[in-house]
Amino acid sequence: MSFRTEHELHRRRRGRNVGLALTLAAFIAVIFGLTMVKVTRGDFALPQNTAGAPATEDVN
Amino acid sequence: MSDASLQSAQYETEAEFRDYFALLKPRVMTLVVFTALVGLLAAPADMHPFVAFCAILFIAIGGGASGALNMWWDADIDARMRRTARRPIPAGRVTGEQALGLGVALSGFSVVFLGLATNWIAAGLLAFTIFFYVVVYTMWLKRWTPQNIVIGGAAGAFPPMIGWAAATGGISIESLLMFALTFLWTPPHFWALALFMRSDYDDANVPMLTVTHGRPATRAHILAYTVILALLAVAMGFTSAGGPLYLAVALALNAMFLRGAWAIWKRDEADAEADGYAAEKGFFKLSLLYLFLHFGALLAEAALDRAGFVWGAI
Repeated sequence: MSFRTEHELHRRRRGRNVGLALTLAAFIAVIFGLTMVKVTRGDFALPQNTAGAPATEDVN
Repeated sequence: MSDASLQSAQYETEAEFRDYFALLKPRVMTLVVFTALVGLLAAPADMHPFVAFCAILFIAIGGGASGALNMWWDADIDARMRRTARRPIPAGRVTGEQALGLGVALSGFSVVFLGLATNWIAAGLLAFTIFFYVVVYTMWLKRWTPQNIVIGGAAGAFPPMIGWAAATGGISIESLLMFALTFLWTPPHFWALALFMRSDYDDANVPMLTVTHGRPATRAHILAYTVILALLAVAMGFTSAGGPLYLAVALALNAMFLRGAWAIWKRDEADAEADGYAAEKGFFKLSLLYLFLHFGALLAEAALDRAGFVWGAI
């Protein structure tokens, strides 16, 4: 008698695991793609310093 | 019953991945995706294709989340209706708590990520849509008033506005007209379904118009709402959202829709039972095509406009 006979339950659990893995992979791909688009389009760029003053505050 | 047989029974109903997906009401999601996509593409704004894809994805997930929350709350009446008895919760494959957890998590996820991907007006509209569908329609109106479909239909009418807001960052007369078209389309669509799914709503004690006011009154309501819908749909052809192509489609479809509503109004139950509710089923199928082609025509008008096509210039 083999102990490795697959129960129908194992097929269902494997399906759930594969589904979850693919969902997480898709989530990573979407967030990565969205970040790349936002960064390359300059959505996160800091405002330009037009007055010619130092960008950071002089603490001295 | 032995422990082994108890465990076996539990395993037999253990959920598959598709059961969790079914909680998101994928068929309703297709309508949400389509109308939101038309709202987004018809808007006079340029979106990066990937951002547009993400916006539609998050709107679809938000719609799915509200479906899961609806199934969590309505599990008791779903079990009593033939049409819904095989849904994952009444079938015992997913627990109510799991559906609640999935719905809440996906609601938060979809709203936050739509805001991050596009803007917070669109995210706010999506959050309001989920709130409206789950709290106002599912928890409050559905079991209380026969106007449940009329007012609750607003939830299904928001997606084109969300798509438009995702592209433009605001609300406009065009997106409000798309909302109004879907809003007025919903009651005749669902009342036709209620007429031929005879006993379902009666069995579940859901106060559909067929149960509270009777079937002749429902037939009259279908005709009345179809007349109002037809007036709005045709009038849209003369606004900035429409155009000659849309107007031609609207005139043809609304003539067919009015004829269907008239046929339903003229019939009584004996006629309907004699032919197996052929007119009601035909009207329901036509209603699906009706919405699809109206939005398709709006999309075509926007595409022609964007391509620089001017009617009368050829």
